[in-house]
Amino acid sequence: MTTTPQAARRASPRKRRPATPAAPDPAAGLMPQAEPVRLLNSDGTPLPPRADYPEPPVEALREMYRRMIVGRRFDAQATALTKQGRLAVYPSSRGQEACQVGGVLALRDDDWVFPTYRESMALTARGIDPVEVLTLLRGDWHCGYDSAARRTAPQCTPLATQCVHAAGLAYGESYQGRDTVALVYIGDGATSEGDFHEGVNFAAVFKAPVVYFVQNNRYAISVPLSRQTAAPSLAYKGVGYGVPSEQVDGNDPVAVLAVLNRAVAHARAGKGPYLVEAHTYRMEPHTNADDQTRYRDADEVEAWRDRDPIARLETYLRARDVLDDAAVAEIAEQAEAYAARLRERMNAQPTVDPLSLFEHVYAQPTAQLVEQREQVRAELAAAQEEDA
Amino acid sequence: MATMTMAKALNAALADAMLDDERVVVFGEDVGQLGGVFRITDGLQARFGDKRCFDTPLAEAGIVGFAVGLAMSGLRPVVEMQFDAFAYPAFEQIASHVAKLRNRTRGALSVPMVIRVPYAGGIGGVEHHCDSSEAYYAHTPGLKVVTPATVADAYSLLREAIDDPDPVVFMEPKKLYFASGDADLSTRTESFGRAVVRRPGRDATLVAYGPAVPVALEAAEAAREEGWDLEVVDVRTIVPFDDATVTASVRRTGRCVVIQEAQGFAGVGAEIAARVQERCFHALHAPVLRVSGLDIPYPAPMLEHTHLPSVDRVLDAVARLQWDDQPDARWLTDGVSA
Repeated sequence: MTTTPQAARRASPRKRRPATPAAPDPAAGLMPQAEPVRLLNSDGTPLPPRADYPEPPVEALREMYRRMIVGRRFDAQATALTKQGRLAVYPSSRGQEACQVGGVLALRDDDWVFPTYRESMALTARGIDPVEVLTLLRGDWHCGYDSAARRTAPQCTPLATQCVHAAGLAYGESYQGRDTVALVYIGDGATSEGDFHEGVNFAAVFKAPVVYFVQNNRYAISVPLSRQTAAPSLAYKGVGYGVPSEQVDGNDPVAVLAVLNRAVAHARAGKGPYLVEAHTYRMEPHTNADDQTRYRDADEVEAWRDRDPIARLETYLRARDVLDDAAVAEIAEQAEAYAARLRERMNAQPTVDPLSLFEHVYAQPTAQLVEQREQVRAELAAAQEEDA
Repeated sequence: MATMTMAKALNAALADAMLDDERVVVFGEDVGQLGGVFRITDGLQARFGDKRCFDTPLAEAGIVGFAVGLAMSGLRPVVEMQFDAFAYPAFEQIASHVAKLRNRTRGALSVPMVIRVPYAGGIGGVEHHCDSSEAYYAHTPGLKVVTPATVADAYSLLREAIDDPDPVVFMEPKKLYFASGDADLSTRTESFGRAVVRRPGRDATLVAYGPAVPVALEAAEAAREEGWDLEVVDVRTIVPFDDATVTASVRRTGRCVVIQEAQGFAGVGAEIAARVQERCFHALHAPVLRVSGLDIPYPAPMLEHTHLPSVDRVLDAVARLQWDDQPDARWLTDGVSA
């Protein structure tokens, strides 16, 4: 049998180059999954369990359901209060209940939340008095709750600026030996802002325990996601900063909580920040003042009703036998009572004191502010005298 | 009492503050190993470690926003903006958050911090390195704005700024960094919030701050030859503004020229002139005049001397203070003459 030289070379192991092991992918462990993580189907039936995202305890999911029901009722009540002129404006988060509630449920009470104006539901789910939450939108002050006591920054109206605050706060906490985690809520539009990038980068460089939680609800007011990014998804924005990132079905409450639990645990373990993108949908206009018919079809909105996070979780919990008609009715009653109390309290006209304008500008008012306060005091006294 | 440069005094103030208060952390661009491009943070990292004095990513909004979070957690950040014009990316953080957080939260959160800004010109710097940006900050309620003109004040004002419960924008006149002066670092000048009469005089008051103070003092010295005895008031703290000291001086002298290096229109000098006019009208023998930089983008180095307020320009203004009780011819025409 004759062999060609080529065949001999192929056959001879000596002639083969030693196999060099492939260099490890430096982005391994950072990349999000190609598809959003899902633990429930759209109809609420469970998908096979996953080792990387273990399902949260069923009691936590039941509590999540309760808070989502109360949250949705709160949201509807706030929208109604706007129509009655009790609130200046209200940005609804209807349809985003899994994210709103999941974000706060993943945290301890001593963790910090950095919310935007759309997180009223999340804040009430955190246990903050709804009247204090709505102070901003009613207009009797800016932030109505005690930010320090509630470990909750004021709702941020400028986009993404809180991303850097969270990095600083979380670093400061770990610097002082505390294992606090900060969770930042932002939307898809805000990921285009410079402060998003600076915040994620600072958190990464200083290994600050922050979870950046992007609720991608498809629209920044009217501008669609395609105008915000050319990235495969927003979760990929973390990779360039060395931040492990994940995308999740934001209307799958079980997956949202599972992914956030992992992200929070990662941060708390001192491994630095984590970025989570939740794919969800804003069912209502940007605010009551917005006209969504100008930029999206009713059909599109309708299609998202089939992925309603509350219906999905209810189906699942009923199948797990931890929720029945009686429990559903009782929770609905709780939600009604919550809304009724809110309605009643919001009907009372808040008292505002013009002289409070001069408080909290500085620790102590300057001489100029004292002067201006006296002028306003005199104006008020004169007006009162005229009325009398 | 020791003789040192303003840069050294600022450095000593930072070191002493870090020594006295372990909550004080110093950070920014190149402030660590390098000690800052002007060496104001020189040696701090070696002495206090890289957790208390550290470099950050090159992002000014990030630096100030990070400081907001650190202050919320209970630390006392002192951040360096490398140059005046490089602080503009941080302006949103400063105006919307640093200045307002106490007010927005009804005092639940406060963010005491010092934002150090090397500012103004006269050093032959190329563009974007010589802006006088104090008016932007002074126009923002919630901020305090401070600028030293002497070595002793540099130390004292910075110590007081770091101890202050409110955020302070600390404007450091670059051209004075390496000017020497006497300072006793064991005593404070109690300078915060208080203007000071740098040179007493009877005939007119020159009000100045930061880099314009040496110009005012030099002008006052030169004015002696013309027979004018000029008083010089150093504002020191632009916010909160010390009306009392300025007003008392002008009421004594009856004449006032406000000097600032910044472009004049809608500037701090305009505010001071208005306040003096409101409070001293019946004591004034002449309109309050301003000497300022020109209303132009900061010029190229070879042209900056024409832009900057000079002793001659100050003396020209003093000469127009209606010493002969005649109106200033410049204001007698209608509108603006070409």
